[in-house]
Amino acid sequence: MPTKWTTRLRRSAVKNIQFENLLPDERPVFVASWLYAVTVLTVASLILVLGSGGILAFKGASWYHSSEVGHFVNSLHFWSTEFFFLFLIVHLWGNFWRAAWRGRRFATWVTGSVAFFISIITAFTGYLVQTNFDSQWIASQSKDAINSVGIGSFLNTLNTGQMLLLHVSLLPVVIIAVVVWHVILVQQHGFVPPIDAKEIDGDVK
Amino acid sequence: MSTKEKNVDLVKWSGPKRPYDLLKNLVFTLIPLTALVVAFALAFGSPDVRAVTLQDWAQAAPTDFVMTATGELAGTTRSASYGPPYNNGSEGQALGPLKLQKLLGVHIPIDPANDFVVEPLKSSREASVYTTLGQWAGANADQQSKLATDYTAAQNAGLSAALGQWTSASTDQQIKWATQYKAALERAGDRLKVAADPAYGPVQIMTASLLALAQGGILDGILTTESSPYPSDFTKPLLFLADGEYLGKLASTHHLEDGQMGMINETGSYPGQFWLLPLALLYQVDPFKSSENVDAQVFAVIVLLALGLAFCPKIPVLNRLPRLIPLHRVIWRNYYRKNNL
Repeated sequence: MPTKWTTRLRRSAVKNIQFENLLPDERPVFVASWLYAVTVLTVASLILVLGSGGILAFKGASWYHSSEVGHFVNSLHFWSTEFFFLFLIVHLWGNFWRAAWRGRRFATWVTGSVAFFISIITAFTGYLVQTNFDSQWIASQSKDAINSVGIGSFLNTLNTGQMLLLHVSLLPVVIIAVVVWHVILVQQHGFVPPIDAKEIDGDVK
Repeated sequence: MSTKEKNVDLVKWSGPKRPYDLLKNLVFTLIPLTALVVAFALAFGSPDVRAVTLQDWAQAAPTDFVMTATGELAGTTRSASYGPPYNNGSEGQALGPLKLQKLLGVHIPIDPANDFVVEPLKSSREASVYTTLGQWAGANADQQSKLATDYTAAQNAGLSAALGQWTSASTDQQIKWATQYKAALERAGDRLKVAADPAYGPVQIMTASLLALAQGGILDGILTTESSPYPSDFTKPLLFLADGEYLGKLASTHHLEDGQMGMINETGSYPGQFWLLPLALLYQVDPFKSSENVDAQVFAVIVLLALGLAFCPKIPVLNRLPRLIPLHRVIWRNYYRKNNL
């Protein structure tokens, strides 16, 4: 066992992350359901969320209030977020009913859950930085829940600057990192087979 | 579960496969989805009701504004009795014996009487702010000039005396003045119908002056630029605004109140954070709805639900649900049919 952290990390990465797994060009025959399409839709809508959010971040927090183009981009961000959560929730339930944690896929399930929770927090900070009446009201109401368990000492929903920085810098990075980790785990372990599938060693019963 | 079945879960699938183009699939999903999102954006837009300012509040509901400012001086508003992280007005909410709100302490110090009323008035005295008031709009240039000079001098002199009287009084006396004026406001229902009375001490002049500051748009600036001329923290104006009835009434007209499932709505007819539906529902039912610790209790339940979701593979019964309710047979129906399973 090497003592250098760097060596261990490299060996672990080389062992566990294989490009043929990350970018597969074939998949098991049982991967044939609209639920698998929802998974791709979830990733695609996340790309739209990040893209539209990137433009909004580049133009500034108040741009969309005074520009028609800005309002359109904000609308893209808004609707892609709504669709993202719709697909994400269907993806999550679909995996629950498939018991997708089977076969040492517990970490895959947990990273997916964590991605879901962080997405909720990120969207929440997004609603807080709309700098309109909705954000005022949401900030004012949600502070009570956050303050009630002491978190408000560190996370102030009424501090728009803090929420904006979390929304456009820290949280998207965390989401991307967790989603990438989740996808690597999915590809590493392969698609979870149907419950009670009899395939083994290449044979299908 | 047989050993054979466990194996098939554990090993990477080596059975029949079919060609798949991951990248092409993603791109060909992205294109129609983008079209769909663009269509929604063009057809429906997105919510953007202008934010409310203290100026809006003071102009639209001056009596509510004055009553709230008086409440801040009397120490009877929500902010005054909030507790951590703003002040020690109460211990805050608790989860049984666990008082996390109190435990974490005051990190964003707010003294509503001083921060929302007294200090803004002190800082405004040197700023000749009252030129925006009174008969200004209807006067000609000469009259405006005279009005401005007279009004500023009179108001500043009156306000200076009022602030002097306030700061030199005992806390009990301050609360007594504010409480009596607040009661008079509640009885009259209109600040203009409350006659001057020594029983109110300087409170009437102070709150009228604060109203003038707010109506002129100056209070918004004072409460957001105290710590930095680049405002990014709206804690003070939003807490003050939320202490009045105006913000809640506006929210109600936009169906955003708790009882209207406001947590999952946005202004207009837009969907909001619909993924918070379980959270919104918990606020509607007992024992949470009627609890003094509703926020802490709902938060705790949501944390438990989140942990339950993340660790459901390890939770007995929950991890058997997919077998007990075999929806997977619908999802993989082609596979099961083809293999006679």
